[in-house]
Amino acid sequence: MAIDKNEPSKLRWGELEEDDDLDFLLPPKEVTGPDENGIKKVIEYKFNEEGNKVKITTTTRVRKLAKARLSKRALERRNWEKFGDAVREDVGSRLTMVSTEEILLERPRAPGTKQEEMKVAGDSLAQLSKGGAVLMVCRTCGKKGDHWTSKCPYKDLAAPVETFVEKPATSEASAAAPGAGKGAYVPPSMRAGAERTTGSDMRRRNDENSVRVTNLSEDTREPDLHELFRPFGAVTRVYVAMDQKTGTSRGFGFVNFVNREDAQRAINKLNGYGYDNLILRVEWATPRTN
Amino acid sequence: MRPILMKGHERPLTFLKYNRDGDLLFSCAKDHTPTVWFADNGERLGTYRGHNGAVWTCDVSRDSTRLLTGSADQTVKLWNVQTGTQLYTFNFGSPARSVEFAIGDKLAVITTDPFMELTSAIHLKRIAKDPTEQTEESVLVIKGPQGRINRAVWGPLNRTIISAGEDTVIRIWDSETGKLLRESDKESGHKKTITSLTKAADGSHFLTGSLDKSAKLWDTRTLTLIKTYGTERPVNAVAMSPLLDHVVLGGGQDASAVTTTDHRAGKFEAKFYDKILQEEIGGVKGHFGPINALAFNPDGKSFSSGGEDGYVRLHHFDPDYFNIKM
Repeated sequence: MAIDKNEPSKLRWGELEEDDDLDFLLPPKEVTGPDENGIKKVIEYKFNEEGNKVKITTTTRVRKLAKARLSKRALERRNWEKFGDAVREDVGSRLTMVSTEEILLERPRAPGTKQEEMKVAGDSLAQLSKGGAVLMVCRTCGKKGDHWTSKCPYKDLAAPVETFVEKPATSEASAAAPGAGKGAYVPPSMRAGAERTTGSDMRRRNDENSVRVTNLSEDTREPDLHELFRPFGAVTRVYVAMDQKTGTSRGFGFVNFVNREDAQRAINKLNGYGYDNLILRVEWATPRTN
Repeated sequence: MRPILMKGHERPLTFLKYNRDGDLLFSCAKDHTPTVWFADNGERLGTYRGHNGAVWTCDVSRDSTRLLTGSADQTVKLWNVQTGTQLYTFNFGSPARSVEFAIGDKLAVITTDPFMELTSAIHLKRIAKDPTEQTEESVLVIKGPQGRINRAVWGPLNRTIISAGEDTVIRIWDSETGKLLRESDKESGHKKTITSLTKAADGSHFLTGSLDKSAKLWDTRTLTLIKTYGTERPVNAVAMSPLLDHVVLGGGQDASAVTTTDHRAGKFEAKFYDKILQEEIGGVKGHFGPINALAFNPDGKSFSSGGEDGYVRLHHFDPDYFNIKM
């Protein structure tokens, strides 16, 4: 480019004369290689017939197609005419489309890495013990962690119905429940902590967790037994044998627990317990099968 | 990879077949019109109109000039591949389920379903070079298996016919006399209907897929069980790579699992297994319905799958597919 040395400031490109000496030189070919979209730009400079310098920009999209090393016959087939329903094929028919999604050959994940971590323990006491507190269960008031039976401030009163065990358990259970994620419907059988066993299975095991209570007072009824045994765990069934003629208790009854451990603890704690002026005898209903 | 989606069929796909050169892909579906596509870009070339029922199967001759299709309308038709014109129609008493050209394309094996009083049968027909000389008569008819014969193929050198179907037993017949030569062992064999069968490129072994959620690899000469591949789904279609030691299984979904599984769309996958190690390599997802057909391009660099959703998905492998190490 010739620059007017007297006026260095204002240069208008239209007025610039091309240097004759460098006229035959063309700017080099520029290739901007295929970018992420596969666009390749090639800028070339040429002289056209009239001797003018022209700039040619070629923009191509480079797409990966299978390398079509076709045989001669295959190449002939490429030129076959369309037939059947393809005859009236309009360009916009879009029968054949390239997928918008990138599909990968997904390697299998090792089993166990994606399992749900919420395994809600059915055992509510296990959750409680996670708190780290020592389990001091008072038999009279049933309060835990506070005092032993001999030190019970409510020594003379009847055991409160207090279902303290339930409350923390339910809150923890509900926290762990979601599982599949918000919004997705998870059928009950597949939710976290769901009981996977069949109905009959449950009943059978329940009868194995049966506890026999003897030396009950005359006035003892089912609700009383339920109140007494509830602190040890979930109770599915209580039964007090009644004398039909007098309407009083025959002195014994059965309590069915959901968990065997609860039943064992009830036996340990309540056997020999003074209830309504009689010493209770609490044992396994059937000879214990271990 | 970016699969190419081809929605040329209104109804579920039943079968896919590449020609020997690997540039054409033939698809059969329940919508009565088999279609041919270019195998590199999925562009449709043409359709073969004439059948009156679901087309269950097809095979193309080695020079890609003749197409045989078997249909539920109880006919097998011979077509000119290039023009789409019908050359000949074989009539049967029941739907045709499987067709295959013999090596040399002079014979074809056709199986027909049990229908009313007819039992299922395997027919061997001569295919004349000149369609005007074509006759209806069968060279041989083999009867024996109970239930549907889903697939019958030619053994090495056209000496045998291998058949498999609903009665779960694979049988090898002599192609000249029709005598039963071998049966697969009931103990180690499939426990439910065999839905699909594909031969290795050299014919020395073949793969069967069954509704019992497994696929098994067998030796062609002795019919011994070589490998078993297990999945969680009933297997509807099988394919073997001619290039690498991979087998691909495509399947459906047990009716019982429908409501409790993931509802994400496009999750039916074609599962790749290492042929020798029997381990899963991975899956290619994308179909909206169970996969009914699988086929590998003879060059091994692409494969296609056809599903219940009516789509054919054509996949060209990425370079790292060929470098997979187990």
